[in-house]
Amino acid sequence: MDITLTHYLVLAALLFTIGVFGMFLNRKNVIVILMSVELMLLAVNINFVAFSSYLNDLTGQIFTLFILTVAAAEAAIGLAILVVFFRNRGSIAVDDISEMKG
Amino acid sequence: MIVQALAFYLFAGILVVSALMVITARNPVHSVLFLILGFFNSAGLFVLLGAEFVAMIMVIVYVGAVAVLFLFVVMMLDISFADLRKGAMQYVPVGLLIAIVLLVELGMVYGSWVISPEAMERVAAQASAEIGNTESIGRVIYTQFFLPFQIAGLILFVAMIGAIVLTHRTRPGVRKQSVAEQHRRKVEDAMEIRKVTSGTGGF
Repeated sequence: MDITLTHYLVLAALLFTIGVFGMFLNRKNVIVILMSVELMLLAVNINFVAFSSYLNDLTGQIFTLFILTVAAAEAAIGLAILVVFFRNRGSIAVDDISEMKG
Repeated sequence: MIVQALAFYLFAGILVVSALMVITARNPVHSVLFLILGFFNSAGLFVLLGAEFVAMIMVIVYVGAVAVLFLFVVMMLDISFADLRKGAMQYVPVGLLIAIVLLVELGMVYGSWVISPEAMERVAAQASAEIGNTESIGRVIYTQFFLPFQIAGLILFVAMIGAIVLTHRTRPGVRKQSVAEQHRRKVEDAMEIRKVTSGTGGF
């Protein structure tokens, strides 16, 4: 019944896989794709904190803070781009985002 | 010990179920709400791991800022989400395949790895039991990790400016006070002296 590091790693692997699958499932909806990215970052955070706790090293928790920073910045910029795009085109479907013909 | 195990399975179970609901919910508002539930449960897991500071930051930053931002944008944009789901099922088989391959690969890694005995001696920032988790983090973040910490602040600053610049727009035709324009105004622009002849009413 002891909770080991492996329990947390399996949980993080499951979460990460759900995040990847969510990107395919909601391929047209940018908002849900961004939420899937947040889920994947959460999985990475769980890995970091679990290792930090079991190795008795604080570095993992500090790295989690930096991941949190980047996740917050990414969400803010991503949603700002989304709002501007919606204002210009009236849609957020991924297929419509082809202005630059990349 | 049994309480800890039960708490882990409770938090982990709700976390996985709410993550699944995030990606399958028909209404994106429900997705965001399940995302918030998932963040709360992951904060519970972090408390279980003895990382109280990260748990609190998780609740404050993710639930208080990021998830509310998502909720705000989802509710503000007037989109037919049913149209966005059309034709989405055709990518499910390939997505499922990639997800299963990824899960099997991660499982293979987790099944075979071991912690090197030297790893325990090479701890960069030792967590100490006497002072709390928050104080330990505070002690290293302003000394050992000072530069990354400042750069993290800079990233947030740039993101803030970027978001403001992207979404700000100047609207024409809005009446506003312009002090410079008021000062530039001359008597001749606003007033005119006419010769009034009697009996015409001034015009």
